[in-house]
Amino acid sequence: MGPVRAAIVTASDRAALPRRLPWTLIVFLILATVPWLGSRYNVFLAEQIIIDALFAVSLNLLLGTTGLVSFGHVAYFGVGAYVCGILMKTYGVPFTLAFPAAGLGTAAFALISGYFCVRLIKLYFAMLTLAFSQIVWAICYKWNDVTGGDQGLPEIPYPHLDWMSAVPGLTDLSIGDRFYLLSLVLIAVSLAVLHRIVRSPFGRVLTAIRDNPERAGFIGVNVRAYQLAAFVVAGAFAGLAGALYGIFSRGVFADYVFWSKSAEVMIMTILGGMGYFWGPPVGAAALVWLNQEITDYTEYWSFVLGAILLLLLFAFPGGIVGGIDTLWTRLRNTRRA
Amino acid sequence: MAPSFLFSQFMGGLTTAMFLFLIASGLSLVFGVMRVINFAHGSFYMIGAYLAWQMVEWLHPSGEAFWPAALFAALGVGALGAVVERLFFRSLYGREELYQLLFTYGLVLILGDAAKFIWGTGQLSVSTPPVLAGSVQIFGTTQPLYTLFIVAIGPAIAFGGWLALNRTGVGRMVRAAQMDREMLGALGANVGTLYTGMFVVSAFLAGLSGALVTPVQGIVPGMDVLIIVQAFIVVVIGGMGSLWGTFWGSVIYGEVLSFGILIFPGFSLFSVFALMAVILIIRPWGLFGRPL
Repeated sequence: MGPVRAAIVTASDRAALPRRLPWTLIVFLILATVPWLGSRYNVFLAEQIIIDALFAVSLNLLLGTTGLVSFGHVAYFGVGAYVCGILMKTYGVPFTLAFPAAGLGTAAFALISGYFCVRLIKLYFAMLTLAFSQIVWAICYKWNDVTGGDQGLPEIPYPHLDWMSAVPGLTDLSIGDRFYLLSLVLIAVSLAVLHRIVRSPFGRVLTAIRDNPERAGFIGVNVRAYQLAAFVVAGAFAGLAGALYGIFSRGVFADYVFWSKSAEVMIMTILGGMGYFWGPPVGAAALVWLNQEITDYTEYWSFVLGAILLLLLFAFPGGIVGGIDTLWTRLRNTRRA
Repeated sequence: MAPSFLFSQFMGGLTTAMFLFLIASGLSLVFGVMRVINFAHGSFYMIGAYLAWQMVEWLHPSGEAFWPAALFAALGVGALGAVVERLFFRSLYGREELYQLLFTYGLVLILGDAAKFIWGTGQLSVSTPPVLAGSVQIFGTTQPLYTLFIVAIGPAIAFGGWLALNRTGVGRMVRAAQMDREMLGALGANVGTLYTGMFVVSAFLAGLSGALVTPVQGIVPGMDVLIIVQAFIVVVIGGMGSLWGTFWGSVIYGEVLSFGILIFPGFSLFSVFALMAVILIIRPWGLFGRPL
């Protein structure tokens, strides 16, 4: 067992931090003011954080909730980015259609690849997800006619956001700021949906499968079907995050699908704390900020990531939110005593 | 299609297969005994290649020094494996599989950048050892001697591994550990030493294959992940923890890749992938594996 296991098992259903404050609303409102109060750089950073937050939460649906260790989650992020990018740039499809299409397309791909992956138990599952993501990368890298190959798809257009000029208060914002606000709303809605899913009876079954797949099978749960469903949902939301990222960074490139991005998002999830719904966003914020700070000094970002991962494994298995949670519980107990 | 053309495709596939077998066998060995997938196995392979290059540079750049360099590289990576197992991995045995996986994953990130830091990002190469620099004519095709050497060494290692596993005392312990390691420990065998030994042998094999690949392939950053993904596909096809499964898995992979180019030019990975999908539908535990 050890402390790690305990952190994962007990974290899912308890009010850890003080519940009286509507934390999520406060964070949302603070993020919404960034275009007015912050610099362009702040908006850039905030947009990267919220997109990575959605990506990491979607991974955590597999990792923390269902107990499926996917080393290739970036494949779905990439497919979403390519589907949305190709539709908008090559075919001129409006964002209102391309964005949901990215989610659906990624879900379809996750259904096919997931069908094979969930047939395998833990370790094999991890290997196969990595293999799938490398295959997606190879396809993106080589299929010149559709994906642009190693040149990628530059200059993906922004969605039409002229209607925002009619909204009082948004008139003066640049297109980048407007897209940030749009992304913020879309991501907030996505996170709310994911939160509902995790807390729903469906989510509880996923947790039961994580804790003991055999026992879940004995009580009549179709383990594979549930795992596949979780895989598809996680893939779809990763695809939505990817679609936003492609527009945000003004292009889709094969690098987005490279395995090291999977490593990044997995480390975000664990750094924040995979036993908590809001752990991965915290990890995303911490890692994006750290990346910005560190890449000024060194090009060896992977080394830093690896070192963080080892440190987390050996010293802080609960991640940031887990650490705060433990600290808070201890404080409360001493106050009571 | 001309027979000579088919033969040369066949030999190309076989060479790929034997390299993959050398790598995947170590991966499969560690899995069989420790139930751990070592993501860093590809990194060990890459370090082996770099170490071999370094030794050749130091000893004799013209290529005479290839054999001692290869041996040194394999031993060096074996020693690295011992350090990793003794210092870090050991403390993770009681923990969940996820943490063991993540640990080896962290090693991939660290070793990849460490190699970049030490040897740079440019492509390095080693010349073929003079003894095997020539080529011979077979069925109207020109086969480099080095290729033939690799094609011979694969089955030799497979057979040697089979002998070691089935005809020696240590091999008996390894097989016992594959079946029930707790029982083996309860019977008085030193499981800890056995684990370290297996990890070292596996790292040694990875380092050796890394060294042997240098005369035919450039040494570049990223070769670690490229090879580990291929090795994963091989063990998924062949079946984890089975020596012969790994062997035939490699052969199938190499040949399908080699002939797949004829069907899907530029997308030969598709054919391997399609094959893997079919095998997973029919036998999710691989051709030679056992259901877990």
